Amino acid sequence: MEKRATFGSWWIGIAFAVPQVILIFTFFYWPAGEAIYWSLTLQQPWGGGNIWVGLDNFRQILDDPIYWASVLRSVVFAVASTGLAMGGALILAVFVDRECTGSRLYRVVLIWPYGIAAPALGLAFRFLMAPEAGFLAFLNQIAPGLWDPGLNGTDAMIEIIVAFSWKYVGYDFIFFLSALQAIPRAQIEAAALDGAGWLRRLRDIQLPLLTPTVFFLLVIDLTESFQDSFGIVDIMTAGGPARATELMVYKIYFDGFRGFDYSGAAAQSIILMVLIMLLTVLQFRFIERRVHYK
Amino acid sequence: MAEISLRHVAKSYGRTPVVHAIDLEVAAGEFIVILGPSGCGKSTLLRMIAGLEAITAGEIAIGGRVVNDLEPRERGCAMVFQNYALYPHMTVADNIGYALKVAGVAKAERLARIEKVADALGLRDLLGRRPAQLSGGQRQRVAMGRAMIREPAVFLFDEPLSNLDAELRVRMRVEIRKLHDRLGATSIFVTHDQVEAMTLADRIVVLHGGRVEQIGTPYAIYHQPASHFVAGFIGSPAMNRLDGRVGPAATVVFADGTTIAVPDLDLPEGQAVTLGIRPEDLRVGSEAPEDGIRHRLAIDFVEHLGPAALVHGRFAGHDFVASVPRHIAFTVVEGLTFTMPVETMHLFDSTTGRRIGIDAARE
Repeated sequence: MEKRATFGSWWIGIAFAVPQVILIFTFFYWPAGEAIYWSLTLQQPWGGGNIWVGLDNFRQILDDPIYWASVLRSVVFAVASTGLAMGGALILAVFVDRECTGSRLYRVVLIWPYGIAAPALGLAFRFLMAPEAGFLAFLNQIAPGLWDPGLNGTDAMIEIIVAFSWKYVGYDFIFFLSALQAIPRAQIEAAALDGAGWLRRLRDIQLPLLTPTVFFLLVIDLTESFQDSFGIVDIMTAGGPARATELMVYKIYFDGFRGFDYSGAAAQSIILMVLIMLLTVLQFRFIERRVHYK
Repeated sequence: MAEISLRHVAKSYGRTPVVHAIDLEVAAGEFIVILGPSGCGKSTLLRMIAGLEAITAGEIAIGGRVVNDLEPRERGCAMVFQNYALYPHMTVADNIGYALKVAGVAKAERLARIEKVADALGLRDLLGRRPAQLSGGQRQRVAMGRAMIREPAVFLFDEPLSNLDAELRVRMRVEIRKLHDRLGATSIFVTHDQVEAMTLADRIVVLHGGRVEQIGTPYAIYHQPASHFVAGFIGSPAMNRLDGRVGPAATVVFADGTTIAVPDLDLPEGQAVTLGIRPEDLRVGSEAPEDGIRHRLAIDFVEHLGPAALVHGRFAGHDFVASVPRHIAFTVVEGLTFTMPVETMHLFDSTTGRRIGIDAARE
């Protein structure tokens, strides 16, 4: 039976919901509605009236190869950073779950990156990755010019992918670790008695039982990589060199607040919003079905 | 088939010892039950044999081979876990066949062996199901099948029946014993249930506080408990145990002045002893012999169980229980007359808790 609280009269329930509704309305529906309106008009950069243009903004964006390039870059970024973050987190979680040396320390330390604000993180990584003095400067010692995110677009992309993954490794790690520890010890012991070594147990028993967690993190990481990447891109590369790291979310900011094309930027945010919504719905509808063992 | 020997096997967690130097020789094909209250170290002992728990000291040998440093999979044991530990994402067939798959057995042979085991356990129609779609008893059988398919030399059971309802438990108990007799593997079965221990075991190991209290056949454990603890733990209702002192002329004297004659008692006067007698060994009411030393039990309350009634009261300054067969009449007001047949008395040293051989002459 479903347990739920019921209220004697209808307005009490409404009253409890009102604060939340006001928050959501003020900070989501209102701005989103405003963005939709702007995307259908041509706004003047310094205010003072607008012209209704219908879907012209969208047509212009979708015809623009530069826009499509940023979509492609966002997808590459999303897939690579999610893969890196989840892969790294899984490896660390497996080690901590096996109680390797230092696991108690890692358990605490690994959540910290998630608590760091993206700009601070970006700044730290900019120093770390600096081609002349950073962590990877030795590459240039060996082969000058091999590592230069300031000039080489691929290097810049690698740089922001690593920085972003680093932040989400800690977050994913916590979920993977708790999922691993929720697997009954006896099942793993049973597999050990059945003759499976630890790698085999990982593959046959633990990983399949992690699929609900993998799915959950996949949705979260992909979605976040479309949105939360802004701070890192802005501090580390500012979209450069030559737009090589201009992700969708950064292009919105750049076109809107640097190029003063408010309407174009509004249309791009609507597209990004719809994309993320679609992604979430798709994943929940098609992937979730196969990952529960009931 | 393999014999198992434990030599001074001990385990401690940090500085807390949980199993003290245990010695045990299990013959090939024997059914051993490790019995004890919760926290006595019995599961730990089993897990040490399986290789799931490292041993702190001593030596474990299976089939003549010392296995201290071997991985669980190299020891040739199969184990049935308390909560079955089935793989939830695999079908019944995959669960049963997993060990063969890991061992690299070809698919056709694997399927044939899975079917053979499934037939033996009545799981034929369930092979395609997932564990979540099975009842408790069915899951238990799948866990058995998973252990059986490897044709192991040693079967380990970690309280496999404790999650089943009473009726199923009795049935599975019989099945486990039949299975053991058919396969002839050496079995070690851990339980806290004395009925399971008595019915299944060739020999019982009674464990208490990480030490072996007694090793013996169910008959010996019941009739000659080696210690005060075993006497109280085996048998339901528990044995009556009366603390007293050795009196003059082969008697035991209790604090309230009651004196009970124990012929052949040859101990220094004043030594603290515990006299034990099982509720069902008393001769009560009309069956109490006229020429015996008759005692009277003041009755507090009565539990009617059907075949017999358990009569609770006070005797010799202790709580005391008598089992009264249903054909013997008694009234609460008059109390219960009983005699204590000398040959059913047990005597323990109160200080060490060990049995004192008053019956040595009689055996």
